[in-house]
Amino acid sequence: MSNMDVQTWTYLLVGLSFALYIGIAIWSRAGSTRDFYVAGGGVSPLANGMATAADWMSAASFISMAGIIAFAGYDGSVYLMGWTGGYVLLALLLAPYLRKFGKYTVPDFIGDRYYSKTARIVAVICALIVSFTYVAGQMRGVGVVFSRFLEVDINTGVIIGMFIVLFYAVLGGMKGITYTQVAQYCVLIFAFMVPAIFISIQMTGNPIPQIGMGSTLDDGSGTYLLDKLDGLSTELGFAAYTEGQKSLVDVFAITLALMVGTAGLPHVIVRFFTVKRVKDARKSAGWALLLIAILYTTAPAVAVFAKTNLLKTVSDQAYAEMPGWFKNWENTGLLTFDDKNADGRIQYLADDETNELIIDNDIMVLANPEIAQLPAWVIALVAAGGLAAALSTAAGLLLVISSSVSHDLIKKTFRPDISEKGELWAARISATVAVIIAGYFGINPPGFVAAVVALAFGLAAASFFPAIVLGIFYKKMNKEGAIAGMVVGIASMLLYMMKFKFDMFGGGTPEDWWFDISPEGFGTVAMLLNFIVSVTVMQFTPEPPADVQDIVEDIRIPNGAGEASGH
Amino acid sequence: MSEKQKHATAYWRENIRYLVVLLSIWFAVSYGAGILFKDALDSIRLGGFKLGFWFAQQGSIYVFVILIFVYIRLMNTLDKKYGFDE
Repeated sequence: MSNMDVQTWTYLLVGLSFALYIGIAIWSRAGSTRDFYVAGGGVSPLANGMATAADWMSAASFISMAGIIAFAGYDGSVYLMGWTGGYVLLALLLAPYLRKFGKYTVPDFIGDRYYSKTARIVAVICALIVSFTYVAGQMRGVGVVFSRFLEVDINTGVIIGMFIVLFYAVLGGMKGITYTQVAQYCVLIFAFMVPAIFISIQMTGNPIPQIGMGSTLDDGSGTYLLDKLDGLSTELGFAAYTEGQKSLVDVFAITLALMVGTAGLPHVIVRFFTVKRVKDARKSAGWALLLIAILYTTAPAVAVFAKTNLLKTVSDQAYAEMPGWFKNWENTGLLTFDDKNADGRIQYLADDETNELIIDNDIMVLANPEIAQLPAWVIALVAAGGLAAALSTAAGLLLVISSSVSHDLIKKTFRPDISEKGELWAARISATVAVIIAGYFGINPPGFVAAVVALAFGLAAASFFPAIVLGIFYKKMNKEGAIAGMVVGIASMLLYMMKFKFDMFGGGTPEDWWFDISPEGFGTVAMLLNFIVSVTVMQFTPEPPADVQDIVEDIRIPNGAGEASGH
Repeated sequence: MSEKQKHATAYWRENIRYLVVLLSIWFAVSYGAGILFKDALDSIRLGGFKLGFWFAQQGSIYVFVILIFVYIRLMNTLDKKYGFDE
């Protein structure tokens, strides 16, 4: 066994994990719409926490994040704080109340709380925009992992991924997804931690990466790892690793947009509809963040280890003596070397004129075990983990898309007389259509997918978060205010995004940004606009009917949550 | 106002007070220590970490987790106090 190669190990581990997911899907088939939308409503808080963590941690968290941080240094903190701090908002401001409300989807809440079909449809459109942009990125991630580790074509990889997701999302709905996500959490966290622990021991002698990151190097020099990395970076003309380059205002705005966006993402919110009681919703938010924090506090350590290793391995070394992983990744086009001064050595520098090496962010986590010369099974494990992360998130998003269509559009808006069985079929068919569309975008990614995934948070922050928070904490908020707020919020976010990301409406450079805020951080401004518009419009329009105000009183009290229902 | 409504109002007021305190801490560790006062805190060291950098990439996340578990405890007690436990 010990001399099995990476390829064989990868087939073995990926094959085993896929067999596990399919087995779980068959065991947990959905029999009713309640099973399909909210897994029957009886998921335990720990299981729901694991499922939420897997749902949340996507290909971006698993594959890209540590790489982004490795290249951004301190500036990468926006993702770490932004994507975890949102759970505090979710646990304290949203999850318990939405669970008490007890419906199936986010548009369900918006539609009922604001007693308006228009509000429901606006919410459905926001949910579809956010979810589709996000899911396309996941399918692409599946394709990248397949192509690098199983040496199949990226497109074949996407199609294999589509079939797997299709199988358990369509068959099992939320019930199938929940229990496969529990398994996927275990696979992905194990796959992330094993190489991190190995490398931490290798570099610092400490097995805990979070501590290793702040320890001295294990080479007898007594130098702290972070000081070493700061030194290496500045020598090559880069900013010191622990210093930021983004403006203070922008770091602030991006972090807030990501936090609020996290709390407003429909596929995360619906997970809290699957537990039995309000206190279980709070508890599963706690479990979810704890389980997410394991990866999120390890990722910055991985970033430091990988960046230091990379600089030591490539900087000013002879190209001919580069190890095998260098050539492997060159073949994928994610790493390119151009010997500008023809000295046969790799000059990796901050200055674009003289820099000879371009490295894609996504390589860092995937290549890290190879760079550190870890055993073949560890490298294969990372491939299985990346797939688990991408598939679990894709499945959660597909469920949001299908329930928005079958429940909010068909059942609640256009065909209220549809039977339970008919609705279940509609849910399955819309999940299938959604998988096919997502697969299409995975194979033919519009140039802007990567950019839009980051912006999906801005869109969620600008639309859902204010409407839901006001709906709970501000009894007098009415439909006119909420609808105007959502429309202004999402429209201003879309306009800013199109102007500064896609060069429409005259385009613009960072110098033209409003208040020095990048499109990624603009969600914060759009969210504030939403709040201001909602509250202003509310002053001039009739207050909500008494029965709606009674509902608000009722969701503030935790007991008697009953079962989530669609009626 | 019925007994139940009085309880509900008092429960909600205490809940809001918890939220204000917990969210102030949430704000202080991330936006405060990790961003606004990062440079000042960086002059203090925690082993190999500069303190502001540590808060931004490690410390704030630990505090977030603790905050949610504290909230769970506080709310469970509050539910019992007002008879909203189940």
